[in-house]
Amino acid sequence: MQYTFSNKSRNICFALIGIGLLSLVGGFLTDSHRAWPNLLLNAFYFTSIALGVLFFLAVNYAAEAGWFAAIKKPMEAIAAFLPLGSLILGGVLILSAFHLNHIYHWADPEVVHHDEIIAGKAAYLNKWFFTIRTIVYLGGWFLFYRAFQKYSQIEQQSYNTKNWRKTQSLAAFFLAFFAVTSSTSAWDWIMSIDTHWFSTLFGWYTFAGYFVSSLIVLTLVVLHLKSRGLLPEVNENHIHDLGKYIFAFSIFWTYLWFSQFLLIWYSNIPEEVTYFMDRMTNYKSIFILNLFLNFFFPFLVLMKRGSKRRYHLLTFVGIITLIGHWFDNFIMIMPGAVKEHWHVGWVEIGMFTGFLGLFGFIVMSRLASFSTVENKQHVFYSESVHHHI
Amino acid sequence: MEQHVSIREPLILGDKTYHQLTEDISRPVEGKANGLYKILLTISSLLALWGVMCFAYTIGTGIGVWGLNKTVGWAWDITNFVWWVGIGHAGTLISAILLLFRQRWRMSINRSAEAMTIFAVICAALFPVMHMGRVWVAYWVFPLPNQFGSLWVNFNSPLLWDVFAISTYFTVSLVFWYTGLIPDFATIRDRQVKPMMKKIYTILSFGWSGSAKQWSRFEEVSLVLAGLSAPLVLSVHTIVSMDFATSVIPGWHTTIFPPYFVSGAIFSGFAMVLTLLLIMRKVLHLEDYITITHVELMNKIIILTGSIVGVAYLTELFISWYSGVPYEQYAFLNRATGPYWWAYWSMMTCNVITPQLFWFKKIRKNFTATFIISIFVNIGMWFERFVIIVTSLHRDYLPSSWTMFHPSFVDIGIFLGTIGIFFTLFLIFARTFPVIAVSELKSILKSTGENQTSSVSKHDEH
Repeated sequence: MQYTFSNKSRNICFALIGIGLLSLVGGFLTDSHRAWPNLLLNAFYFTSIALGVLFFLAVNYAAEAGWFAAIKKPMEAIAAFLPLGSLILGGVLILSAFHLNHIYHWADPEVVHHDEIIAGKAAYLNKWFFTIRTIVYLGGWFLFYRAFQKYSQIEQQSYNTKNWRKTQSLAAFFLAFFAVTSSTSAWDWIMSIDTHWFSTLFGWYTFAGYFVSSLIVLTLVVLHLKSRGLLPEVNENHIHDLGKYIFAFSIFWTYLWFSQFLLIWYSNIPEEVTYFMDRMTNYKSIFILNLFLNFFFPFLVLMKRGSKRRYHLLTFVGIITLIGHWFDNFIMIMPGAVKEHWHVGWVEIGMFTGFLGLFGFIVMSRLASFSTVENKQHVFYSESVHHHI
Repeated sequence: MEQHVSIREPLILGDKTYHQLTEDISRPVEGKANGLYKILLTISSLLALWGVMCFAYTIGTGIGVWGLNKTVGWAWDITNFVWWVGIGHAGTLISAILLLFRQRWRMSINRSAEAMTIFAVICAALFPVMHMGRVWVAYWVFPLPNQFGSLWVNFNSPLLWDVFAISTYFTVSLVFWYTGLIPDFATIRDRQVKPMMKKIYTILSFGWSGSAKQWSRFEEVSLVLAGLSAPLVLSVHTIVSMDFATSVIPGWHTTIFPPYFVSGAIFSGFAMVLTLLLIMRKVLHLEDYITITHVELMNKIIILTGSIVGVAYLTELFISWYSGVPYEQYAFLNRATGPYWWAYWSMMTCNVITPQLFWFKKIRKNFTATFIISIFVNIGMWFERFVIIVTSLHRDYLPSSWTMFHPSFVDIGIFLGTIGIFFTLFLIFARTFPVIAVSELKSILKSTGENQTSSVSKHDEH
């Protein structure tokens, strides 16, 4: 069955994009110090969701999973935001590295001149090397995305074991590439905002956050398709499994959050502890909100088996946690970029809205472009249809 | 009804019936031991005996008989402790985490992996107990009400968290393992004709009759225990890592330690499972149950966890430079190029490079190559802990105290002794326990047995 991108949904997307553009222009005209980090925040947040879904797709191929075959098309549709998202994100990052704004302290030659610690990192944190790395990460992911797309088109035509094997190898190589670039990109793009600070866990922590968001978005898209009467073979057991993933990786995110926090708090070394001092004083409300929305809330609500099988409840928890992870990114980026002068006002909400519209537009257009959202030729399709637990 | 498509490899080879399964699994328990078994048991119990004598010597004389000195206050003892606890991770991962992921290949290996877990944790626990020196007051590690004055445990110390983490882990693993054994013990009990054997297996099987009610209770208990075990797999090595990472010692204090230690533990645990199972399948003739498919899947977990460990090594190395902290930078420079360079590069070679060979399907699907690489990983993971512990300590902030660590014969004796204890226990287990979860395996015979899968594939075309 084919998905139709209704005019109503299309108009909503355009309206959201319109609001986004207005707040973008308004933000830059009134306070560019505030607008730039917001642009980075939202570009990173939405691109990383597409990336996380691509990662999940690769994991399922590499692990020879069968159950996911019926929800593969929605995964592809979400990953389709990667090219455009990467363009925006890459643009923002490279302009920031060339010191068009004050997000990265190391990008300011004055600062590097006076600050011995930042000067010590100049071999790694300099505009050219940073630009090259950014292009390698985004370009590499894009090439893998295209290769997945190519194999997927062949997959659609007939039951093809050989093509499935090829996709599996591709997935393994993607995972190897992702293993390194997921960490290094998080250091470069996010950790280096607090240029003095360092934490070996930071890459994995960032990944855990966007992976949860990706799983939620995937669940929401699948539920949306189901509400339109599509994907009839996706039953409550698939949804239950997605719910388990959200539950488990919310705990995993918390585990990494706590590991990083506890070890820095316990050792109390000045160079490291400043990071949390900032966040616990100037950003106290967000700091607490972050833990509540991303841990306690999904943990307590999704604990029960039944709640992972109730579509409305899962949608509700998903949306709240998705907002939670936006705040998690907010508190990763803002303290280094704007110090204590943070806001959650019309610029923040407006730009988020705009990106949401753009993201929704791309995902739904991609869904509508498939001749069918089912995936009947997948080698594991029969396993996925008979998924009962 | 669950379906399996034809491209999945069968998990049980040969034309097996339910009865044949029972026969194959009961054979090691009922038959006579062969010569190879007797030789292995003699060697390992002699090693164990030597270890016990070294223990006795340590207790009688004091910790001074070890090679520790003022600068290197932790060395082989803690290295061995962490190494053994790490090995003890595979069992619970297989029985709890792989259960959650519905990996049915775990059914051929979970029993022996869990047994291995329990024996490894026993070996691990010996080291901190020994290190207390006065083992007769070992119970002071528990927060017991007492009249010794101000004697009370320090709840801020990760060493105390370890006490709780490891004792909980041990208890839950033991109960989980034993619960799974009950129906299989009953299977063996029902076959015995000798009164003594019958008596023993009757006691061990707790009056199992196989009624529907018992199965229902059994499944509920298994689910609860699996739920409890899943977070325990993560928690134990997380807390072990915090023994180091909460300190301010360069090389120890780093935030990546908790997940990286967990991954390393699973890595080393799977390597040890492979080492043991590749021998066991030959000695006990279980080739149809522990197949090349099982080995290949375990090898994939080895690549995964080994690569995570590799990424963590490189992360540590890079961030030590990036941090700009001279002490951090020196700690890693000293690891790679200092007097312990050979330990560091042994670790790197064994843990990061050799597992990558499993990217080749030929190597991944080869028993001999797998066995050799599994030994490499076992060695590499021992060196990892040695590198973390000793190289971070031996050159501290005061260069006049810089020194090396030299193990005494007692250090070596105790380490070899625990290997002896481990293998002795495992060999006894292999001849007295049902080494494969036979009642569980029977539940998948129809869907994944070799003769059955060929018939399923016909339905598949529709």
